[in-house]
Amino acid sequence: MAAEINKPLRYILQAINYSVFMALIWYFATAPSIRIIEDDEAMLTMAFAHAGELREPCRRLSQEELNKLAPNMRKLDDCPRERSPVLIEMLLDGEPVYKKQLDAPGLYNDGGVDVYFSQTIKAGEHRIILKMDDSVRGSGFEYFTEQTVDVVPAQILLVGFNTRSGFVVR
Amino acid sequence: MLVNPVKRAYLMLESWFNLSFGTAWNPLYHLGTLSFFLFWVILVTGIYLFIPFHGSLEGAHASVEWMTNEQWYIAGVMRSLHRYASDAVVITVLLHMFKEVASSRFQGFRWFSWVTGIPNLWMIITIGVTGYWLVWDELAQYVAIGSARLMDAVPLLTGAMTRNFVSGEMTDRFFILIEFLHLLGQPLLLVFMLWIHVKRMSNVEINPPRGLAIGTLLGLTVLSLIKPAVSHAPADLTTVPQILNIDWFYLNVYPLLDIWSGESVWILTIVVTVLLMMLPWLIPKKDGEKAVVDLDHCNGCGLCFDDCPFDAITVQARTDGAKFEHEVVVNPSLCGACGICAGSCPSSNPFRTPKGELKTGIDMPQFTADEMRSQTKQTLESMHGEIKILVFGCEHGLNANRLDSEYSKGMSLICSGMLPPTLVEYALKHGADGVMVTGCRQNDCYFRFGNRWTRLRFDGERKPALRGRADRQRIRIHGGAETDKNEIKADLKDFHQHLVELKQAERTEADD
Repeated sequence: MAAEINKPLRYILQAINYSVFMALIWYFATAPSIRIIEDDEAMLTMAFAHAGELREPCRRLSQEELNKLAPNMRKLDDCPRERSPVLIEMLLDGEPVYKKQLDAPGLYNDGGVDVYFSQTIKAGEHRIILKMDDSVRGSGFEYFTEQTVDVVPAQILLVGFNTRSGFVVR
Repeated sequence: MLVNPVKRAYLMLESWFNLSFGTAWNPLYHLGTLSFFLFWVILVTGIYLFIPFHGSLEGAHASVEWMTNEQWYIAGVMRSLHRYASDAVVITVLLHMFKEVASSRFQGFRWFSWVTGIPNLWMIITIGVTGYWLVWDELAQYVAIGSARLMDAVPLLTGAMTRNFVSGEMTDRFFILIEFLHLLGQPLLLVFMLWIHVKRMSNVEINPPRGLAIGTLLGLTVLSLIKPAVSHAPADLTTVPQILNIDWFYLNVYPLLDIWSGESVWILTIVVTVLLMMLPWLIPKKDGEKAVVDLDHCNGCGLCFDDCPFDAITVQARTDGAKFEHEVVVNPSLCGACGICAGSCPSSNPFRTPKGELKTGIDMPQFTADEMRSQTKQTLESMHGEIKILVFGCEHGLNANRLDSEYSKGMSLICSGMLPPTLVEYALKHGADGVMVTGCRQNDCYFRFGNRWTRLRFDGERKPALRGRADRQRIRIHGGAETDKNEIKADLKDFHQHLVELKQAERTEADD
């Protein structure tokens, strides 16, 4: 049983309790604040999807082989599904910041790889080198980009990729 | 008696709230209903906010800014209430969990409510997260990318979600999906989950006392006026926000993503969730023996069905050929073994079979109605003072034996709700000058309704009611926890004095 106190005092105590409850919400609804990057920093982000080259090239079927197939299955090329792993390297001002070989996902290793990498960098001028080897049949890097970028504070320096243009830095 | 520090902390907080609010308004006794009330606040304010809200990448931030700055007196207050009521829900839910753990109300037969309750907290948090997206400011951007990283870390998902954000591929369609989730999908799922959560309870209340609701709403409104919820700068996927004022009630996981991988955050979250869900088995507690129905003494009146706090009793058509229409059946997996049903059974009347064994319609094997009656008699026979007060306590409040004195003796029941009012009458007829019932603190019964039903039965407002022939002046109720010994002892002393005066008055009347 609660100790008996008079009504005005009870309301004062309730006001104190509500104030504490609201103060908790007041504070933790917005504080403590977090700093994502420093004032002189920017974010280097690499994000793209890319499917490596097929491990084996497609082979044109002979007429004899085609004849053996049901009419609705007569595709001219026989393409194995498995794709090459994708090796990506990124150097910033000569220092390696990213180097990873990504295996093609999927039960038959036939999917495209998704690349996501993010790191804070100092704002200012940087020399960026990007390399990609996406075929086990070729030698060396199929794609290569080297360029100087000027990054302003808080900027997201985005590295993208498409097979037509190669690496795109913006 | 030793009380563990967690329970002691809880009892101290409870005492403070009892002092401030009284037992009827104590927020700790209404955490569930308070959470429901806050949902209503969130729902009503959310409906209002939905009207001027523009659900697109281009328009969202501007529309929220309009609400905050142009129509601050209605939409701005609504926005703040919406946000702060959401924050308040997290506090009430966490307090609810703390209370259940501190007072050991999560193990044994209660495992179901505990296990189904944990995902509710996550569901609430995910609703809050999608709510933050909709503002589409820098904080929304941070939350969106963090959420995408978490989704990308889930095995079997394609891993392309983060890329969509950072490479600027997000469209209004995706934004509308989030809007749909926040406005309809998630809340509906939460309502369903809450229904499951309370499935094993009867007489579920969803409205808090009016005074508590008004006080809470008033507090939130004052907070909304003096500290309106505001947005960050509009989201810009080509820049990184530098400083963010995050809502720690909802977004506490996100800063971890700045130092850990998405996979690590998932592992931590899953481990914490699983550990919490496993708590009933990590700190086990055995239930007592479950209630047993004796059809030979059950007339199917259904009072036990009305009083059972855990929905463990059902009424069905008679199966034994007796002249009565119904009988009751106990589901042992739902039964809390509290004995409240035995207290409600009219057949528990100790005057029924004065010589033979007292058999009742529904009874507790570990402490039968017959044992209650004989122990009452024995206890009274062992007392020799001029004034004899029999104290009925329960296993979860203050141990009644700690109140033993030259004029009082305690007798512990499983729950004060298992005390048939006729047993009080029996005790008064067999030598007791007074009967005191302790049990748990008022409105905080370990078995939900034990002390509430007892009080109502004694006041004649609930069946089986205390009969008029029992002198109400000789009965006192004072619920209390293990830590309330001094307070109850003082009331017992006062009760003793009251009985002494009553006896003197009777003597004077007899002499006259």
